[in-house]
Amino acid sequence: MPVLPAFFASLQRDLLLVMRRKTEVLTALFFFVIVTTLLPLGIGPEPDLLRKIAPGAMWIAALLATLLGLQRLFAADHADGTLEQMVLSPEPLSVLIAGKITAHWLVCGLPLVLLAPVIGLQFDLPADAIGILMLSLLVGTPLLSFIGAIGAALTLGARGSALLVSLLVLPLYIPTLIFGAGAVESYIAGMGAAGHFSLLGALLILAMAFAPWATTAALRISLE
Amino acid sequence: MTTALLNAQGLACTRGNQRLFSDINLQLGAGQWLYLQGENGAGKTSLLRILAGLTLPTEGDVLWQDSPIGKQRSQYHQDLLYIGHHAGLKEDLTLTENLRAQLAIDGIQASAAAIREALTQMGLGKRQHLPARVLSAGQKRRGLLARALLRPAKLWILDEPFNALDVKAIADVQNLLKTHLANGGLLVLTSHQTPDLGQDAAGFILNLSGAH
Amino acid sequence: MINWFKYSAPSTFYPLAGKLIPVFWTLTAILGVVGLYISFFVAPTDAQQGEGYRIIFIHVPASWMSMFIYCVMAFWSLLGLTFNTRLSGMMTSALAPTGALFAFLSLWTGALWGKPMWGAWWVWDARLTSELILFFLYLGYMALHAAIDDPRRADRAGALLSLVGVVNVPIIYFSVKWWNTLHQGASVSLTKSPSMASTMLWGMLIMALAFWAYTLAVALMRARTIMLEREANTEWVKHLPDVKETA
Repeated sequence: MPVLPAFFASLQRDLLLVMRRKTEVLTALFFFVIVTTLLPLGIGPEPDLLRKIAPGAMWIAALLATLLGLQRLFAADHADGTLEQMVLSPEPLSVLIAGKITAHWLVCGLPLVLLAPVIGLQFDLPADAIGILMLSLLVGTPLLSFIGAIGAALTLGARGSALLVSLLVLPLYIPTLIFGAGAVESYIAGMGAAGHFSLLGALLILAMAFAPWATTAALRISLE
Repeated sequence: MTTALLNAQGLACTRGNQRLFSDINLQLGAGQWLYLQGENGAGKTSLLRILAGLTLPTEGDVLWQDSPIGKQRSQYHQDLLYIGHHAGLKEDLTLTENLRAQLAIDGIQASAAAIREALTQMGLGKRQHLPARVLSAGQKRRGLLARALLRPAKLWILDEPFNALDVKAIADVQNLLKTHLANGGLLVLTSHQTPDLGQDAAGFILNLSGAH
Repeated sequence: MINWFKYSAPSTFYPLAGKLIPVFWTLTAILGVVGLYISFFVAPTDAQQGEGYRIIFIHVPASWMSMFIYCVMAFWSLLGLTFNTRLSGMMTSALAPTGALFAFLSLWTGALWGKPMWGAWWVWDARLTSELILFFLYLGYMALHAAIDDPRRADRAGALLSLVGVVNVPIIYFSVKWWNTLHQGASVSLTKSPSMASTMLWGMLIMALAFWAYTLAVALMRARTIMLEREANTEWVKHLPDVKETA
């Protein structure tokens, strides 16, 4: 496919930048850990209660961590002028943006998937449930990155963009949250997670098709 | 009579509630250059961005080779090199890495040797492996212009290219621009001082102050 | 055949809107009175819910309007992004506060209804929850619009947001319904009222039309104010009768 080199070029540059500032990966991870630690502190440490809230709690923490990470998706590129240059590239902008979103997921989303078992154990989830949780996060976190990118692009250069992005994007995250956390809860209740996963998967495919294009449109508007 | 490659008709621009300029027309052909003059805030940068296709004009069209730029984005971007106010460089990457990444994003695979050659030509041979963060503004600008050597583009739109450059660097850049024009390129630029691009190339001046 | 494009510029739309506003206020008053009369005096007392149920004559039309206005905003947004007209953006931002108002009204009347019926001020019923999310979508639009300084950019960004929103609303509604049934939450659906007498339906329809007339009146008024603000420096505004007098 002729557009693949452009995708990888964009992805590579962002990953190279992360390599230069490795602490950025850790920030999302630490946030995830802190939020999931706050919950027992706020609600109480009874194992039964924690086990019940674990899927939803971890999903919400993942959601918030991704949201925080959206700040770094376009803002830095916008400030130093490289975003403009990307818009002026002969290669299709949506492909370049897809590369950036993928890099964002690799830095903010995938680490959460890998850390989930540890947190799951803190909440005393059984091993198979942890597996389902990891899978739901694996399918769901890219979805969060793709949807979030639209919000990040729309609020580029707007005042108070950090909170504003949350207000715009959180309602759009609700279906992902429902199906993602629901998959684990459904599995634990013995009803199987297949339905949830197929819906989550369908949403992901929809987002991968629709979101880069919407993000591109939003970027052009924001750069005017 | 050179055929106009770049053609702008009836351009108008509004920023906020203020009309910056209206009814701007310009034609530029191969080997010709346009010098945009005007006070600060007259809308020079806005006009450059409209010509580059980054901003939509309130009224009017920009045509490249007789076709609106909105309808041939990929082709226009291939023929265009735009350097705006911003550095356009990633501070954490070296000049070499910056150039390689930027060219790859533009769809060009440049060899390490070619990049080294271009940077040396811009006087940055000794600095190519330093992170862009430690370079002076002038060096960053020259780094950006090195990209022009590696990326053949017919139309160069430059926003204050001589900013922060010392006398020698200004002369170097002017030579670069003269070569570009001699090869049939087009140039639109703004600057605080009138550029000296020689007598051979046909130059035009457009003054934006009072073009309401 | 009316030439619609004639009215697509603010300068021609402004006087047209000015003429229409009193018409819509009148309609609002008439329809409102008729609707409320039907709600309070004509519709029969409900066997199970007594008199308190009458609040659905506000709640249901408000929900309908909040949904409808969001779709209209999406329509104007699509028009504005495709044809790059200034008016579309003004109409969209003029409609948003009214849409948000109806969403808020719907939530509030839903709570007022719920308390005597089910003893709780809020139930996580699928429709109420979706309405709440719609309210957030409205707030998001208004916040985004307010946060961007350049009016044209604010319009265009808001337009894109409403289009993304309108595509997501069915997905969100579906997911909330799914969530609701799976958790066997409050399945008391406010729409599953006991068999609707036709008078009830008429009452709700007339109230809905009253709300619609109100929306048009208020939105046009707001749009005119926006036009004056934005185009203050143009010739046509300077020549307006109300503006000329004060000069």
